[in-house]
Amino acid sequence: MSTALSNSERQVIIIGSGPAGLTAALYTARANLKPLVIEGVEAGGQLMLTTMVENYPGFRAGVMGPDLMAEMRTQAEHFGAEIVQGDVSSVDLSERPFTITVDKTKYTAHALIIATGASAKWLDLGVDKKLSGRGVSTCATCDGFFFKGLPVAVVGGGDTAMEEAIYLSKLATKVTVIHRRDSLRASKVMQDKAFATPNISFLWNKEVVDIKDLDQGKVTSLVLRDTETGEKSELAVDGVFIGIGHVPNTTLFKGQLAMHDNGYLKTHDGARTSVPGVFAAGDVQDHVYRQAVTAAGSGCMAAIDAERFLSGTLHQPHAEAVKA
Amino acid sequence: MASEKVKTFTDANFGEEVKNGVVLVDFWATWCAPCRRIAPIVDQLAEEYNGKLTVAKVDIDENPMTPSKFMVRGIPTLLLFKNGDLKETVVGLETKDKLTQIINKHL
Repeated sequence: MSTALSNSERQVIIIGSGPAGLTAALYTARANLKPLVIEGVEAGGQLMLTTMVENYPGFRAGVMGPDLMAEMRTQAEHFGAEIVQGDVSSVDLSERPFTITVDKTKYTAHALIIATGASAKWLDLGVDKKLSGRGVSTCATCDGFFFKGLPVAVVGGGDTAMEEAIYLSKLATKVTVIHRRDSLRASKVMQDKAFATPNISFLWNKEVVDIKDLDQGKVTSLVLRDTETGEKSELAVDGVFIGIGHVPNTTLFKGQLAMHDNGYLKTHDGARTSVPGVFAAGDVQDHVYRQAVTAAGSGCMAAIDAERFLSGTLHQPHAEAVKA
Repeated sequence: MASEKVKTFTDANFGEEVKNGVVLVDFWATWCAPCRRIAPIVDQLAEEYNGKLTVAKVDIDENPMTPSKFMVRGIPTLLLFKNGDLKETVVGLETKDKLTQIINKHL
């Protein structure tokens, strides 16, 4: 395998450039596999949208998400990983080497590591996407600025929603959290912080059924429905931030790789997917832990598995896992 | 690092600057992480469309009037003008390929 490959033919291609993809790049680069990383339109992953990360080991004073990603990137490049811009438009996993198409460029890879992550989930109302950038947002740190001195709403009851609400409480006059249940899913720490913030209030058992006003091209109010009584009400706001979780970026692999019902890739025996030679790491295959450090850890596993696959020394899988 | 071909527009000169030809404007801020992702693509577009397309940036912290006028409430937002008329609005991240298609429609 030491013969020179052409620039478009690679031992290892990694799709995605969050903690999973860049850790896989670091390890495969150090194994001399000259990995190519296709960074994707959301280069750097979800950490690029965060501020201070306080739970990544090794940084006792915390580290800014974008700074952490810049470091990971530089470290991977330092060992010889090549990172290219662009978004993968299609993959063909039916034969090896696999074909990966980026816009108009075709690459082939003898092993593929998928680290495409997950993206913020929208409400599925149609109108929410149409008013994106017009008052509907999935990123408080990006768009909170536009709502200084205005009332806003946050939809969701998990950590993401609480983080957004707390951030926005410093800018907006009033933050109303809308949650379809009567208790939060968020961690205790985040709940306590949110409850202690005077301008954050909560509307329980309510779901958003419409966002007004498409005709004016901006958000003026939300139409809510009580999940118990079905009663409708309206809440006047200038902005609405959606924090209802994530969806895995697996559209490219539909019909080619085994997935769970929720669209996350199935992995077994380390980072293996249902196709030999294709490995998955990070949030694209993890809807449970979803941490920067677990993503990085699984990126390392995928890299080691890919390296062993290429050298023919990948350990035998457990028979039961293969059946599943 | 930014391309020299990318201009900087302000509240004071915005109306005048978009009046002629095809102009792509990138609304951004120093604190906006996704803006940093789209910046290199905007730079490349400025280089590749040199002479055919004017590419410019507006820092929304320093120029609050223009984003408000065009109802920009999220960044990055790219606006495309042709002879002063707003033709396209692109909110959030897009691939270079997609942006090229959008620009080509108006050239």
